[in-house]
Amino acid sequence: MGPITMGLSPDLPGSSPAPATRLRLSVRGLVQGVGFRPTVYRLATGLGLRGFVLNTGAGVVIEVEGARAGEFAEILRHGAPPRAHIEALETHRLAASGRDEGFRIIDSDTAAPGTTRIGPDTAPCPSCLSELFDPADRRYRHPFIACCDCGPRHTIAGALPYDRARTAMGGFALCAACAADYADPASRRFHAELTACPDCGPRLTLDPADILREIRAGAIVALKGLGGFQLICDASQPAPVERLRRGKRRDAKPFALLVASLTDARALCDVRSAEAEALTSPERPIVLLHRRADARPPLAAAIAPGLDTLGVMLPVTPLQYLIFHEAAGRPAGTAWLDQPTPLVLVATSANRAGAPLILEGAEVAAELGADVDVLADHDRPILARADDGVVRVLGDQARSVRRGRGQTPEPIVLGRALPPVLALGAQWKNSVCVTRGDRAFLSQHIGDLDSRATLAFQRAAIDQLMRFVDTRPVVVAHDLHPDFASSRLAEAMGLPTIAIQHHHAHLAAVAAEHHIDGPLVGLALDGFGLGDDGGAWGGELLRLDGDGFVRLGHLAPLALPGGDAAARQPWRMAASALARLGRGDEIVRRFAHRPEAGQIAALLARPDTLGQTTSCGRWFDAAAGLLGLCDEVRYEGEAAMRLEALAASPRIAAEGWRISQGVLDLLPLLDRLSRLDAGAGAGLFHGTLVAALVDWALPAIHACPGARVALAGGCLINRSLAEGLITTFAARGITALLPRQSPANDGGLALGQAYLAGLRWLRLAKEA
Amino acid sequence: MSRLDLTTGRIDMTHGAGGRAMQGLIERLFHAAFDDPVLVRADDAAVLPAADGPLVMSTDGFVVSPLFFPGGDIGSLAVHGTVNDLSMMGARPLYLSSAFIIEEGFALADLERIVASMAAAARAAGVRIVTGDTKVVDRGKADGLFITTAGIGVGRVGVHPAADRARAGDRILVNGPLGDHGVAVLSARGQIGLNVPVHSDSAALNGLVEAMIAVDADLHCLRDATRGGVAAVLNELCDRSRVGMTIEESALPVRPAVQGACEALGLDPLDLANEGKLVAVVDAASAQAVLAAMRAHPLGRDAALIGTVVDDPDHLVEMTTRFGGRRLIQWRAGEALPRIC
Ligand SMILES: [Fe+3]
Ligand SMILES: [Mg+2]
Ligand SMILES: [Zn+2]
Ligand SMILES: [Zn+2]
Repeated sequence: MGPITMGLSPDLPGSSPAPATRLRLSVRGLVQGVGFRPTVYRLATGLGLRGFVLNTGAGVVIEVEGARAGEFAEILRHGAPPRAHIEALETHRLAASGRDEGFRIIDSDTAAPGTTRIGPDTAPCPSCLSELFDPADRRYRHPFIACCDCGPRHTIAGALPYDRARTAMGGFALCAACAADYADPASRRFHAELTACPDCGPRLTLDPADILREIRAGAIVALKGLGGFQLICDASQPAPVERLRRGKRRDAKPFALLVASLTDARALCDVRSAEAEALTSPERPIVLLHRRADARPPLAAAIAPGLDTLGVMLPVTPLQYLIFHEAAGRPAGTAWLDQPTPLVLVATSANRAGAPLILEGAEVAAELGADVDVLADHDRPILARADDGVVRVLGDQARSVRRGRGQTPEPIVLGRALPPVLALGAQWKNSVCVTRGDRAFLSQHIGDLDSRATLAFQRAAIDQLMRFVDTRPVVVAHDLHPDFASSRLAEAMGLPTIAIQHHHAHLAAVAAEHHIDGPLVGLALDGFGLGDDGGAWGGELLRLDGDGFVRLGHLAPLALPGGDAAARQPWRMAASALARLGRGDEIVRRFAHRPEAGQIAALLARPDTLGQTTSCGRWFDAAAGLLGLCDEVRYEGEAAMRLEALAASPRIAAEGWRISQGVLDLLPLLDRLSRLDAGAGAGLFHGTLVAALVDWALPAIHACPGARVALAGGCLINRSLAEGLITTFAARGITALLPRQSPANDGGLALGQAYLAGLRWLRLAKEA
Repeated sequence: MSRLDLTTGRIDMTHGAGGRAMQGLIERLFHAAFDDPVLVRADDAAVLPAADGPLVMSTDGFVVSPLFFPGGDIGSLAVHGTVNDLSMMGARPLYLSSAFIIEEGFALADLERIVASMAAAARAAGVRIVTGDTKVVDRGKADGLFITTAGIGVGRVGVHPAADRARAGDRILVNGPLGDHGVAVLSARGQIGLNVPVHSDSAALNGLVEAMIAVDADLHCLRDATRGGVAAVLNELCDRSRVGMTIEESALPVRPAVQGACEALGLDPLDLANEGKLVAVVDAASAQAVLAAMRAHPLGRDAALIGTVVDDPDHLVEMTTRFGGRRLIQWRAGEALPRIC
């Protein structure tokens, strides 16, 4: 103990009546990179306390000493900064030391094990925006403006604890003015690790005014973003948009749009209130919106061919804001953001279709070469790769479609603690998940595990997630399919593995998010997953119980003429349906433009030699094929998306389906569709599918307590289907549960895998 | 002794019972066709002269269905398969044994055709069939006919192709169009829904290998791409050599008819079986010379350089597609197709 200057601790013998309490508070949760230590400083000094605060790998440790130390914990709980989330706060009483001169923020302790969290990247806060557009501010037009409350976190954090030296800002020494801000308790940048200014911050290779000029001239610009490079161009010019398609080797998959403000988003799309909230949330996801018939400005046709939805986002980086600021004529203040801005950008990830997002300026030229005209780089490195997150509002809730920047590495809170599990997801739209206690950390979208680069990204994402979460998995969960790259990786990890059936995992993700422990009936409406009978499943009625499931029923199987090719060519599924209808002789006539039609008809005449699938996605394909909407998909789900775009008024076909022994057969509906035009058919398909699914699932739901049903699988991204099911079930007194933080498609599969593997591990441990 | 009716007769249980009927079958059919002085001695084992190098031995069972397909039959396949396995070790194949498991009721005319085709294949490949065995099993216990061959060859000094010798920078060669055998067999089974005009590529590759060795004795890896196709071979080489490979879709030799059948059926030519195709991994410096030597040989006219060995801690085979995309070439856990060799 040091010299006693403030009297003795009351715990010590002979203590004086003037009590000076010293407390140590250990705080865990999202407490780094959110302005936590500066807040602690203000609160502590406000109470006249002395002591210190520091970041550790485990969170934040605070020691306070003074007469009012006892009040501190309560005040901290209520006064924590807005982005912080305190998961645990432990208080220990110490002997008062009297050593401290005042209250200090001291160097981080890097020795402790890391169990803290780092927050997601967020857009500039209103205060930073005001400075950004204030010609008198020293950070006027500074593309790296940030403060305690805003800016990148996940994508610039190298390791924990979160200190400037360990972030991508480590290489940028503070200038005198910024150092003063950093040290000033009254400043918004007091101990803000991203503090920078035009004098000391990172530098752009191209000024926003020049970037805008290139865009106006029709250039494709590679712009360094948060989690990787973006390719941007003027959305109203057809030529660059079409060149972008060729350059990305992406024929038709819709491109996202970047607009200056909600005002501009509303000019293009109908924006519901939950959608406006998602668009303007600090995380700035891409929000899938319904395109207005009178969208302004007119957009290049190649942006989202054949679709009535547009993916729209608002700026997330100061740099993106500055490009729009130039387009608006560089006005002072922020009022221009409430006015229309004469610029809409296409903003898509800089990569070739299927390859991971590019992180380095040098890679842009190597990978995309002449397909990019201008490189707008800067010298702040990207330490974690993350695509933009995508959400869609379904049933008044914003739901993740693709987890990305802004959504990771936020945990999903489980209803119970699980042993540490690593789940490796499926083959397509891969993401991975690790658990720690009652938290599941679902990674960012990694992509289709179909290239060396994507597999390397998957490994890097696993390493980084385990580092941030600081958990050592005891078991690895993977998909039942042995040929998925993720299943092969699981085998190579040297830990016990648990294979999880694909649709079981889809529905378990819903149970995990909604804290459902008991039995649960669910509908998995999906593309393809291997069934535990070796079949190609995808339209499944399951009952989940504990870590197991029972297959109560499935969609009627359709023959798959030509394996994987049948999944890429909806006309083949239409031919398959015709053959089952006994109308195989029509195949060659209907699909005369397909040279292989005769061969497919011959194959379908002998269905015993063909594989079959119960996939809901393939039923969508069959419908789209019969309606002549789409012969060959150019991206996964195209047929279903185009069908959805036409389904403005869903109707129900009487006797459009049959149910027998758990099998739902929609063949009568397809018979009807084969005689309708696309518009009428699309509405009839969606309406009837919803009614049939509800009719089919109701008895099983009623036989299970809780009056609820889980809905998951890639088909649930379809708004007409998802909202149709939610409202129709609601009318029958049934609550439809959909995933929200995890995507309903394969991007959320790892959560379900992790949850089930954790439950099974617990059960096996109990039985052993 | 009942006369062997090679026109309408059928195998019955007596043909495998060890009595005179069996002896008649062996002499009239096998000995006559194979016509080898060691074989016709009908001793319990063949006595062979000492060889001037290390002995190399291999064995293979053949269960193809159907037994006859365009471009070959189970007999020629049984010779080519074992000759090729020996050749892939850089050895000179010399002798074969052959064991027949025949289902009761099998047509003697078919058996004679198969044996004749086997004899012709052996003669063409320059190998002798020096010992054999015949068993007959009850109806329903075999799918007509199974053949097992074993082969002995002699290794060449300084020639050591092995699955673990691929090194980053090496080039990957194949000797011609992929997937012919797989499609021919599927077509013969009536599984394609139309007749694809493709013959099996079944062939003995010892001559081709000799021509390759003449220009580069240090071939790093040699593999015949039978079951599992080129995809399985490349993955296995990567795994054993602890490297990766990058191949170019545009460089893969595939006949238009095979490509068309694959597109209709959703198959990948890389997964299809071949019976006369090899994959060679060679030093970059000699790749062009080896390729030229292959192209100068009748069984390598359409040989192609399909890719490069690269460093890759995951030991993956990645293909650059015609459209500039990338995709991994899978090594399937199980069979993608029914048995075809
Ligand atoms: Fe799925
Ligand atoms: Mg063998
Ligand atoms: Zn801010
Ligand atoms: Zn500065």
